[in-house]
Amino acid sequence: MANSILTSILSMGGLGLALGGGLAIAFKKLAVETDPREEAVIGALPGANCGACGYPGCSGLAKAIVEGKAPVNACPVGGAKVAAVIAEIMGVSGVESSENRLIARVLCQGGTSKAKYKSEYHGVTTCKAASMVNDGPKACSYACIGFGDCVKVCPVDAITMGEDGLPIIDEDKCTGCGLCVKECPKMVIALTSSKNEVHVRCRATMKAKDTRAVCSIGCIACKMCEKVCPFDAIHVINNVAVIDHEKCRNCMLCVEKCPTKTITSAFPTRKKAVIVEEKCIGCTLCAKHCPVNAITGEVKKVHVVNQDLCIGCSICVEKCRKDAIEMVRETLQKNVLSKAHAASN
Amino acid sequence: MAKELFFIIIGSVFVNNFVLSRFLGQCPFLGVSSKTETAIGMGMATTFVLTMTAVAAYFIQNYVLAPYGLDAFLQIVSFILVIASLVQLVEMVILKVSPTLYNAFGIFLPLITTNCIVMGAALLIPMYNYNLIKSIALGLGAGLGFTLALALMSGIREEMEFHDVPEALKGPAIVFITAGLLSMIFLGFTGLVPLG
Repeated sequence: MANSILTSILSMGGLGLALGGGLAIAFKKLAVETDPREEAVIGALPGANCGACGYPGCSGLAKAIVEGKAPVNACPVGGAKVAAVIAEIMGVSGVESSENRLIARVLCQGGTSKAKYKSEYHGVTTCKAASMVNDGPKACSYACIGFGDCVKVCPVDAITMGEDGLPIIDEDKCTGCGLCVKECPKMVIALTSSKNEVHVRCRATMKAKDTRAVCSIGCIACKMCEKVCPFDAIHVINNVAVIDHEKCRNCMLCVEKCPTKTITSAFPTRKKAVIVEEKCIGCTLCAKHCPVNAITGEVKKVHVVNQDLCIGCSICVEKCRKDAIEMVRETLQKNVLSKAHAASN
Repeated sequence: MAKELFFIIIGSVFVNNFVLSRFLGQCPFLGVSSKTETAIGMGMATTFVLTMTAVAAYFIQNYVLAPYGLDAFLQIVSFILVIASLVQLVEMVILKVSPTLYNAFGIFLPLITTNCIVMGAALLIPMYNYNLIKSIALGLGAGLGFTLALALMSGIREEMEFHDVPEALKGPAIVFITAGLLSMIFLGFTGLVPLG
């Protein structure tokens, strides 16, 4: 008995040793040179092999990133964090690209206090089920039902239910996977770029009177936004305002004008242009292109932005050839200015 | 001797085809048979592994396991060890020789490890008490039979792409039906050669 145990151990051990040694030699002899960055990128990716990026698994994406076929932020699951790590491995600046990612937005503000109900629903508490009964319990047939199907389907826990019975999306956590967009039976969630800060949060195409009758915060198609927009970016189509995100420059004039507060900006403070004095050569280009004449200054002298007039459209930033203008959120302005000074000193 | 070897090869390719008569290795048979090119590549890789395994199984059985009376309980373990190492080796060779083929195989290449044809052939060798040459013939035959089944299946599946398959049978359903019909066709070879 003891003998057979011993021979088993010895024979299997020897066999394993021989095969393992053989493999080790073969590994050295047959080694294929791979880009060391590929290994590093594979290490940085989540490793779930979910295929959401469109490549066969994380190793496939890593290969594409190293070959330059995919951007560093191609992993929709990893989000900004992973993109930053990969950007470091690849030696490119990831900040620029990660700013333009897709984020889910809830395009309805008709919460329990704002929207009227036409019926009481006592069935299965999912939006899908409720939407099948007489188009949902809310009087507006476009309204968010609020049972949180989107919360359940979100793989990264970016959606929570707000107090008013509307989903709130955590923009930092949202990976733009689009599962909630597909899940929502009322189609009130849409994916838009993180660059777009202004959204019309209503999809109701009823006439103004009917919208007003069912919801206090719905779009009444008054066209105020259309008139105030300096960039021709917002239009009332089918009784609801629609923003052309290609043209919109987040100036938020429409947000201010909207009488029903249907249009919202993602951030409470808008950006303002700030001229870095050390870089400005006084070429007057910015002043010429400013749509609201917020920039003043004489030729060859440092220009000044009138912060009260500036709407944060960032046209001047694009026009400036000396990179002398920065867009800064009001709350952050002081910090950046002092930093700029410190750098120049 | 030559006649016996011929019988073993023909027997394992047609009469006792490992896929269509013994119903081993169904996973790659259905998984890698959508394109003829990949199917034949997969068949070749499996054939190589099978032949090598047959040799290894023969030596391990006759020089390690049998002399010490270990074959009753260590046979499967040791064969798994050998097969896994061989597959690793094949993987490295293919990655070196043809990365395209390596990518085409994807997950199925490491899965040769768990392909039961390989294990089946390895276990049949001590069962039939084959000598070295016969073992190689069995491994080669099993591999060729697997390649044949895969090639036939992939040819049919490629052809099927252009045909109007009933909605309910699209996808795996029609493939299973095809596999069943192929298997029945191979029943026709029964009695061509004496068993064993």
